[in-house]
Amino acid sequence: MNKTNLDLPAKNTWCPGCGNFGILQAIKNAISILEQKGVKKENFVLTTGIGCHAKIVDYININTFYGLHGRALAAAVGIKIGNPNLKVMTCSGDGDSYNEGISHLVYAAKRNIDLTMMIHNNRNFALTTGQYSATSPKGFKGRSTPEGSLEVAFNPLELMLASGATFIARGYTAKIDHLADLIVQAVDHKGFSFIDILDPCVAWFNTYEEYNKRIYELKNNNLSSKETALKNIWEWDYNNGGKIPIGVFYKIEKPAFDEEVNSGVQKIDDLDLKIRDILKSKI
Amino acid sequence: MSKGFSILIGGAAGEGTRMSGQLIGKLLNQYGWRIFIYEDYQSLITGGHNFSIIRASPERISASTKEIDYLIALNQDTFQRHRGRLKEGGVVIYNSDQIKNEKGIAIPALAITTQLGGKPIMKNSSLLGALAKTLGIEWLVVEDLLKREFREKAELNLKIAKAGFDQAVTNQKIEKLNQKPLPLITGNEAVALGALKAGLEVYISYPMTPASSILHFLATLNKNLKNFVVFQPENEIEVINAAIGAAYAGKRAMVGSSGGGFALMVEALSLAGQSESPIVIIESQRPGPATGLPTYTAQGDLLFVLSAGHGDFFRFVVAPGDAEEAFYLTNLAMNMAWKYQLPAIVLIDKEISEDTFNLDDSVLEKAEKRDGKFWDKKGEYKRYLDTNDGISPLAFPGEVGAVVKATSYEHDESGITAEEDEEQIKRMQEKRQRKVIGLNREIENLKSVNIFGDKNSEKAIIVFGSNKGIAMELGKELGLRVIQPLIFQPFPEEQMKKALSGVKKIFTIETNASAQLTQFLGCRGVKLESPILKYTGRPFFIEELREELKKKL
Repeated sequence: MNKTNLDLPAKNTWCPGCGNFGILQAIKNAISILEQKGVKKENFVLTTGIGCHAKIVDYININTFYGLHGRALAAAVGIKIGNPNLKVMTCSGDGDSYNEGISHLVYAAKRNIDLTMMIHNNRNFALTTGQYSATSPKGFKGRSTPEGSLEVAFNPLELMLASGATFIARGYTAKIDHLADLIVQAVDHKGFSFIDILDPCVAWFNTYEEYNKRIYELKNNNLSSKETALKNIWEWDYNNGGKIPIGVFYKIEKPAFDEEVNSGVQKIDDLDLKIRDILKSKI
Repeated sequence: MSKGFSILIGGAAGEGTRMSGQLIGKLLNQYGWRIFIYEDYQSLITGGHNFSIIRASPERISASTKEIDYLIALNQDTFQRHRGRLKEGGVVIYNSDQIKNEKGIAIPALAITTQLGGKPIMKNSSLLGALAKTLGIEWLVVEDLLKREFREKAELNLKIAKAGFDQAVTNQKIEKLNQKPLPLITGNEAVALGALKAGLEVYISYPMTPASSILHFLATLNKNLKNFVVFQPENEIEVINAAIGAAYAGKRAMVGSSGGGFALMVEALSLAGQSESPIVIIESQRPGPATGLPTYTAQGDLLFVLSAGHGDFFRFVVAPGDAEEAFYLTNLAMNMAWKYQLPAIVLIDKEISEDTFNLDDSVLEKAEKRDGKFWDKKGEYKRYLDTNDGISPLAFPGEVGAVVKATSYEHDESGITAEEDEEQIKRMQEKRQRKVIGLNREIENLKSVNIFGDKNSEKAIIVFGSNKGIAMELGKELGLRVIQPLIFQPFPEEQMKKALSGVKKIFTIETNASAQLTQFLGCRGVKLESPILKYTGRPFFIEELREELKKKL
């Protein structure tokens, strides 16, 4: 495996021990595996929003689009519609896509556009120095909620199931090979693939110990069942204790939006003539 | 009559008066008359009151008169609202099933239609037939038009139209003018065609009046053309980010909305500036603030559009004044966006979007698709390569050997975040600004400022956008110089200076409350007298502006 061609010389500014290192490594590994499976390197595109997650574009030598906060997926949708042959991946954060840009997440899932959405879910706003996010547990003591946050975390997997995502998974940044395998499956899946990646934040919400104790790998042979998916998704609600399953929760086949919207679209040679005909019909 | 005439057709929303107005326009078009159709409707689907004013003239026009020569009333409400507009000797053609009138041409439109087995909406055909007879238009011309328009439904409509035709009497026979009919097109349709001619590949839009008909028109065209993608996403923020994404993937993308939708796009407009993404934005103004008057017109977004977006970056902004200019300038906007890799905005308003104009198809010759600067595939690809003209060669994902890194952060030539090196930050800012020098030179060599009317007059009026037509017409009549800038960013300073030379008395005519064009020109050292403003959501009509101008001159 030639991994060096994915490295870039930019100085890495993540905190030592940051969960994002594991995600970066898993993505690089996944790309190497996918390249071996025949995907051309020039066809990978990674988009990001704004947050700690987004710095990843400076550390990986593939096509990237470093977008606005909350709009990582919004740009990715346009890229995939613009060129359905590309393997479009998006890295986003919980603040980025569960808070600011949630509408795009719901709609990308609803329209089943063929791309891979990876959420670096550190369960707080880290780059803005530790405020509570959509997946912070109730009572999260951050700089904006010194007495504890009042909102209950929501379960993004449940939201994705309801929204129409056709591939739903959860990974853990400390299990790099498992995560890389999830990413390969997600990219291979034709349709909207969603991976929530549990990503401890050493600065503001260090969950390594808790995750190491509670996480286990899900065995699921009934991936097309919504009921089974929901049962597994409900095992952990991002607030309470108990076991945390990781792996693929749900996978079904549905037509992909980018393919359908581009169906039959091709260049025409006699456009000028056609425009003249349109004008003629308006006399 | 030889100088032209106006016909008003009105009814409740859903009664099909707009369609009828279009048909009337086309009918008169066959006789060589130049047509302009003003649309007035409310933000509702059924009921209320809609009307169209079809104005015919021997010369090209794009303004309406308050006074009318013919009133076609589908209901009592229309008759009562508009009968006061009728000139002496004017004629009413009315739906006598609904209206009690003593004078005029009574057509039992609904009764005719029902009797012949038509749907109620087809009653319009009987009134159209009656109008044709009133104007002395030959039946064959009506027949030919309705066959073209209704195709398989033509037979029934023709019967209904003929019944109306036969019940009317000729009032004053209109002349057949010795000039060929020109296409009748709305500004929104012209925008769409101009973009297509520039190689449009993706149109992305969230519905908002008065821009929605660009979406509808393109979606309908694409059923046959199939050479581009139409996408209606969840909101305007997705709209513009997706357009930027499509541009990054190498596709020519355009978006359209009104002021409120554009406001939602503004953060990403700045992203287009920083990431140097070529996109075209159609901003069709309607009166604000906020929801304002959704189906009416204003020029209240000029200053907003020119300064929209946080940070220092450049937009290319054009303001066409009719359908022909909308076609040509949208085409130019797309080409400039791709040449200079920046966002281009086409600023129009409801009157340009939804009114109907004649378009001389020779404008097609002026439109083209021009390519941007592409990577020569040699050496390492750098998305933001610092070049003499500031334009970095383009490559797109999928290109072998290129790693394309576009970004919202300040960056180095490769597109890697660069926050520390001040020299580099300065260099990249200057690289982006350098593009404007070339753009500026280019627009000074194009026709960026129109001059109409008496070009030597010391009295001048300045207008932009949809006030072009009325200013041209009254400028000619009153002997005024009329100046219309077509491009606002970069502003054609040299051409404007020439246009203003020798002027002693000068003011603007604007459809907004804060005289935004006066403010804009004031910042450029153009001293102006107090403007003539209108801010009721309706455009200026010939009679009222003539009066105002006479008072001021």
